[in-house]
Amino acid sequence: MGVVYALWLRQVKRYLRSKSRIVGSIAQPLLFLIAFGFGFGAIYQAAGGGSYIEFLAPGIIAMSVLFTAMFTGIEVIWDRQFGFLKETLVAPVSRFKIMTGRTLGGATVSIFQGVIVFLISLLIGLKVNNWLMLPVAFLFMVFIGVLFTALGTAIASRLEDMQAFPLIMNFLIMPIFFLSGALFPLTNLPAPIEFITKINPLTYAVDGLRGALTGVSQFGFLLDFSVVFIVTAILFVIGSYLFSKIQL
Amino acid sequence: MENNIIHVENLTKKFKDFTAVNNISFEVKEGEIFAFLGPNGAGKTTTIKILTTLLDATSGKIQVNSFNVENQKDNVRHSFGIVFQDPSLDDELTAYENMEFHAVIYNVPKNIRKERIEYLLKFIGLWERKDDLVKKFSGGMKRRLEIARGLIHHPKILFLDEPTLGLDPQTRNHIWEYIQKLNKEENMTIFFTTHYMEEADRVATRIAIIDKGKIIGNGTSGELKKKTKTKTLEESFLKLTGREIREEESSSIEVMRRNRRMWRR
Repeated sequence: MGVVYALWLRQVKRYLRSKSRIVGSIAQPLLFLIAFGFGFGAIYQAAGGGSYIEFLAPGIIAMSVLFTAMFTGIEVIWDRQFGFLKETLVAPVSRFKIMTGRTLGGATVSIFQGVIVFLISLLIGLKVNNWLMLPVAFLFMVFIGVLFTALGTAIASRLEDMQAFPLIMNFLIMPIFFLSGALFPLTNLPAPIEFITKINPLTYAVDGLRGALTGVSQFGFLLDFSVVFIVTAILFVIGSYLFSKIQL
Repeated sequence: MENNIIHVENLTKKFKDFTAVNNISFEVKEGEIFAFLGPNGAGKTTTIKILTTLLDATSGKIQVNSFNVENQKDNVRHSFGIVFQDPSLDDELTAYENMEFHAVIYNVPKNIRKERIEYLLKFIGLWERKDDLVKKFSGGMKRRLEIARGLIHHPKILFLDEPTLGLDPQTRNHIWEYIQKLNKEENMTIFFTTHYMEEADRVATRIAIIDKGKIIGNGTSGELKKKTKTKTLEESFLKLTGREIREEESSSIEVMRRNRRMWRR
């Protein structure tokens, strides 16, 4: 446990010390909430959708967890660059523990981020349907955090430098976010788009989070939970495997 | 075989079509101070990476502390400490936190941990700066901290890849004295590389010289000088390896490291 805790603590300390990162990663979701929330709010309401802010807020919370988690996972490349990765990899510690510590650290940081955006959403107009469901919402945040930290680590384990980062951003993270039902309801979509949203794990995480916060869920908790749980477990195993294969 | 703590037999490492280490064999006895010398790009760091489980060999039989580096990695990792050639500290943590992190992942008991970290930080003259972030440190301070960190868990074997690069003579002597003391008192085997020949001459009990992936000399300093009919180790080194200046290809990681300021957040 000591090792996992040490790695976790390191991630959390690094996060809390980089003020610019905290500010930056709160500013973006805030902008999304305001621009989309108020920009599309009127149209959404006119179309009979109800309060758009309420629909949007869980999606933006999921987004901030997604981005932070992915970024923390990809930090493996930074550690490789600054040499710290060597220090952890020569230690007599199983790769699995290192992976676990890192992932939990990344997840913690990203959930922290998600909670901040949740609080901001409350100020802007999100109304929680049932406060007793808050732990469920939290659980889905944990899943998003672990899932995407593991994915980021898996990808970063295969990369030598940051040059591929814009590619990952544009061809993986952005599509995962935009095609997840975070911004718009997944109804009456063209078949190919609908297909993509259905195989996107974030879709189910967003739906679960939205269900827990606003009481409106498209797929139901059982399906949401099952999909997110299984995908998280699989990605964690893949991430651990790829991480254990790193050569320096 | 019994007292050979490092045993390397026909080690080869290829990167695509480039052979970094070409079929080398050597042994290091327990309690030795072993110098591994060679020009830039000779294969020193690659060999150290293989001995310390960071890289897998293409072929060959390698044992460290009688464990196989291929399939007994964790046992091997328990056996050594290492000071890397290039930085491996976490810049966003303080000096103390870097030391503590290391002590925890190497399972140093809590009561010994505090005392030893304090001793080592005082020893390298950074105790007053223990709560400063490492990113504020100069190159020499980081180097000292890195060496201190490698010593926290009192390993059986200590790998030092150019440990004294960029240090002033005072610090260099200070650190070597401590390493020699550890070597004597704890029978710690020292495996180091350096470009300072007089340093190798002074502290090493045995020396191997590697060039272009091949070992071209192996023995005590006296033996090497005798064999090459030279007076100093520097002369025998130059006689064995030639005077041509070597180029080392930089990997993409090194390019990134050079550009690190760009990425600083």
